[in-house]
Amino acid sequence: MSNMATASCNVDELLAQAERDEAEKLRSIAVDKELELEFDLGNLLACDKNRLETRDFTGEEKHDFLRSLARDNTQLLINELWKLPTERIQEAVVAKLPEPTTPLPREKPPPRPRPPTKWEQFAKLKGIQKKKKTNLVWDETAKEWRRRWGYKRAKDNTNEWLIEVPQTADPNEDQFVKRITAKKERVAKNELNRLRNIARAQKLKVPGMGLTPVSRQSKDDLVRAASVARTSTASVGKFQERLPKEKPAKGTGKRRKFQPVIGDFSAEKDKQLELLKMMESKRPKLNVTKAVNKQMREDDREEAAARNSKRGKQAGRKGRRDNAAPGKGKGKMGARGKKAGGKPQRGKPSGGKKSKPGKR
Amino acid sequence: SKLKPKTKRSKRFLQSRAPKLTENGKSAMIMKGGNANQTVSQALKDIVRQRMLPQKNITRPFEDSTSLEFFSKKTDCSLFLFGSHNKKRPNNLIFGRLFDFHVLDMIELGIEKYVSLSEIKMTKCPEGTKPMLVFAGEAFDMDNEYKRLKSLLIDFFRGPSVPAVRLAGLEHVLHFTAVNGKIFMRSYRCLLKKSGCRTPRIELEEIGPSFDFVLRRTHLASDDLYKLSHKQPKALKPKKKKNVSHDAFGTKFGRVHMQKQDLSKLQTRKMKGLRKRKREVVDDGESPKVAKVDS
Repeated sequence: MSNMATASCNVDELLAQAERDEAEKLRSIAVDKELELEFDLGNLLACDKNRLETRDFTGEEKHDFLRSLARDNTQLLINELWKLPTERIQEAVVAKLPEPTTPLPREKPPPRPRPPTKWEQFAKLKGIQKKKKTNLVWDETAKEWRRRWGYKRAKDNTNEWLIEVPQTADPNEDQFVKRITAKKERVAKNELNRLRNIARAQKLKVPGMGLTPVSRQSKDDLVRAASVARTSTASVGKFQERLPKEKPAKGTGKRRKFQPVIGDFSAEKDKQLELLKMMESKRPKLNVTKAVNKQMREDDREEAAARNSKRGKQAGRKGRRDNAAPGKGKGKMGARGKKAGGKPQRGKPSGGKKSKPGKR
Repeated sequence: SKLKPKTKRSKRFLQSRAPKLTENGKSAMIMKGGNANQTVSQALKDIVRQRMLPQKNITRPFEDSTSLEFFSKKTDCSLFLFGSHNKKRPNNLIFGRLFDFHVLDMIELGIEKYVSLSEIKMTKCPEGTKPMLVFAGEAFDMDNEYKRLKSLLIDFFRGPSVPAVRLAGLEHVLHFTAVNGKIFMRSYRCLLKKSGCRTPRIELEEIGPSFDFVLRRTHLASDDLYKLSHKQPKALKPKKKKNVSHDAFGTKFGRVHMQKQDLSKLQTRKMKGLRKRKREVVDDGESPKVAKVDS
């Protein structure tokens, strides 16, 4: 009987002890505050708004008071931080912080969203999504994985020593040169579009065809740029003084001339009758002599250009076979223009005596 | 005139300084005024934990802020700390920040009492630990100037924003108390002791530096400039998902909007027996065949 009594006393004691221990544990991290603190865990910040008694701040006690205040506040902050979800990264227990909630001013104003490019607008309209492409592509000839574009790319046709002449092409055409010029045209077109997109984003005006920046500007390009600049005044360049050695630009002037709508109609009548007469006359449309002369002139010019480039090569410069890359107007027109001997494009029809109401 | 980058490296450099959606962490310029004394220089060094301080800069931020703005543009720093000393304002520290390279806020604090790092003989926290910040005192919540000061001090001392923090590495605590017109700044090292439960008990050791500041002049930004500087770009706002909700248990609910359906034309399971017959039912009494039910 006495054993049971002592046992029960022990149990009671044990329970009481356990309760006291529990309270002790919680007390060690519990802090009593009038007002709850405000926490911004993203910034590891705690704000205590409780009143501070000024009398605690007299004399030497202020150090200790500050220290105990700091300890209490830090304890509360740590309690909050320990409630965050944790994970283990390389033997360290790491708590994931939430986003900071205190509004703090930015360094710089936010960037203005740039307007979408031409392609982006089109893709949005059609609902085209961007397809993620693989970094490497399998190259059959080299039997390895190569990058999609750039140095040592998968399908590189620049070093091919053999190009088949397609059925539809002119047998005397240089396919290698054709490939190179096509590439240059594509690059120039891409550059133009890129600059146009930038100009649209910044609301600037881009100069029209023919004046886009080229890496190497030739004399023609510069002269053309200067003449465009001269004519971009309110009086269209009429009162612009010329520099001492500046030559008047070639290729300007009217490209088409129209007869006046009112006034004397005899000139128009004559022209129309002439035209009808010629159509009736059953003469061959191609004037062979003229055509042959023209061709001979072109050949001479090409030979001269080739000779110059050869001399240039020997002098050590890069052979500029295609000098002044299609900065001249549209790329294709540029190439054709070159064939016409670099002459101003006056729209001379190839042979034929079709009378055009223009310059003769 | 804008600089056009000629190399990829310079392009990357300019891009890192351009305005961005999520910005880089703010960096601070530390400047010494024309007549900074030993106390102020030591204080500057302690706050920033730097060995060397730059040359003396003869400017007066409160009078003329153009040179400040120039330096900020050159170094791409949007916070600054300027220390000076003269008879009228002894041991003066000016905390400031800039928005778009123009001065936003400047607050002048006078050092009344200062205990430097070297005077307190304790093992210090490793440099670069993100400190915990605690602000105590009603003034930080009630007074306008103190509120700005609190925001400025948070900006200055908070360090880089990190997504996660190592719990054992939370060592450094900066405690600011505003009382009696004074601001006490104390810096402690946090010791995590066993407490019996998962959360540790905190014991603090003062490591310094310790400052007793008094608030002097302030130059606060106007309300609309302050609002402008807080404007966040729309792209950063978290996208609200429409028609999705969560209930108390965490179950996700979605809402689907349908057009009005013609119930007579609904496609249901076909029951042969229930099909309308083209010809009349021969026997009245007979019930239609029962449809086969797939099991």
